[in-house]
Amino acid sequence: MLIKKPDSIKSSQITPESVYRNRRQFIKAGLGLAAVSSLGLPSIAQALEYDIPADLPQYPGPEWMRAQLAAAVRNETFSTSEEPAPYYNAITHNNFYEFGTDKRDPVRKAQNFKTDPWTVEIAGEVAKPGNYNLEDILKPHALEDRVYRLRCVEAWSMVIPWLGFPLADLIKRFEPTSKAKFVRFETLVDKEQMPEQDSIFSTIDWPYVEGLRMDEAMNPLTLMAVGVYGNALPPQNGAPLRLVVPWKYGFKSIKSIVKIEFVEEMPASSWNIIAPGEYGFFANVNPEVDHPRWSQATERRLPSSLLSPNIVDTLPYNGYGEEVAQMYKGMDLKKWY
Amino acid sequence: MVLSLPFSPVIQSRLRWWLLFLLPLWPLANLVWLGVSNDLGTDPAKFIVDEMGTWAINFLWITLAITPARQALGWSWALKFRRMMGLYALFYAVLHLLAFCTFLIGWRSDLFFRELTERPYIIVGALALLILIPMGITSTKSMMRRLGKRWKSLHRWIYPASLLVMLHFIWQIRASFYEQLIYGLILAVLLGYRLYLRYQR
Repeated sequence: MLIKKPDSIKSSQITPESVYRNRRQFIKAGLGLAAVSSLGLPSIAQALEYDIPADLPQYPGPEWMRAQLAAAVRNETFSTSEEPAPYYNAITHNNFYEFGTDKRDPVRKAQNFKTDPWTVEIAGEVAKPGNYNLEDILKPHALEDRVYRLRCVEAWSMVIPWLGFPLADLIKRFEPTSKAKFVRFETLVDKEQMPEQDSIFSTIDWPYVEGLRMDEAMNPLTLMAVGVYGNALPPQNGAPLRLVVPWKYGFKSIKSIVKIEFVEEMPASSWNIIAPGEYGFFANVNPEVDHPRWSQATERRLPSSLLSPNIVDTLPYNGYGEEVAQMYKGMDLKKWY
Repeated sequence: MVLSLPFSPVIQSRLRWWLLFLLPLWPLANLVWLGVSNDLGTDPAKFIVDEMGTWAINFLWITLAITPARQALGWSWALKFRRMMGLYALFYAVLHLLAFCTFLIGWRSDLFFRELTERPYIIVGALALLILIPMGITSTKSMMRRLGKRWKSLHRWIYPASLLVMLHFIWQIRASFYEQLIYGLILAVLLGYRLYLRYQR
């Protein structure tokens, strides 16, 4: 189903927050019981259930992906207990500059974006380079549901339940050589489908490029996502395959990946090329180091309402310091922002 | 002319006054309406702040356009509305600031101080507003009379203010400079017209 006019969704048609929260509590209570009755099992709970209002579009994904999506289980170890944003907000408010620079451009302009079949090129310092169908890339992996905080460098944030698998598992399969020190990612270039790539006013030199250091890529938190809210990724959120690096600003989490390259040198990344004084390669969430234009000390946790803007203090590494801080030991984070 | 109506000149002029007085309130009314119907999007704070800022710029540019419109297009009636349009620019600029304080930093003085001292684009925006305020205060007829010649030189500060506003806007460019280019071109025409006149003299 397509969203033609996202603006036409009336607030009255959206599940009221109180109902939504009660339902969540009910589900949580159920999960609690389930956990008690399965003592001794690893901290993986089951039953992914998200409230997706009937009038909002769902994205089941290609036929071949559905069984895998349905078999996903929650990974509690890496999930925050914070309440995920309502589905509506997560699918209608994001940056995906290929489709436009307004937060609502992606949902308006990406609905016909063709994400199946999809090929990913594995290249560079790796034993098994080649062009792979997404289906073959995904096949050996069990999908996990992980609720992560997402912090945008523009100082808004959202809690989002992703479906995916650790990037580390994918990397191991393709056997990078000892020369591989960084992983470089590219987004699709397709001016026909992605209108902003055709804009003469754009400051981005397409394709959108991002990168991670090898240890960052291998960190258990780093996720390759193919879904959200128990479904496939909507096209506006980076279908069919995107990166999620929860301790870094959102722009590191590159969308609609068509190329994964293992390289020796630190790759140039899109925002770092546009404004090196403002966006570093690492882009770790850090309340101590301000972006020259936006303070990073606080964030607006979305959805926010006017009566309570929901301004919260930003945490170092977006609150994932325990899992990732050791990777940056001894580094001057003001220099390597 | 757009505003010629089948009424007597007095009524016409009154209608025009009310129309031009009420029309600029439309963006605010629209925002209030969207707020009441819970339709401001996922990040209403940012939306409101941006919207108020944009309208402050729009009215500032309209104010600057009145002299060329009067001289080049012969819209002599427009001069009467110049102060009103300037006041609306100030009105939306103040709302822009209030929305910023309320929705973006939640009236936290520590954040306010940091933003105002460390963020160049906020500093130039604040300077522009500081320039507009005395112009707003002296916009009454009695102030015009009292200040005489000095009134005009005080209100020429709209030129540096508009340049600061443009800088404030340009400094926010991220992935596209489309809007800034359009606003910049219009401002270049409006200020270039003055330079041209000066050169002619």
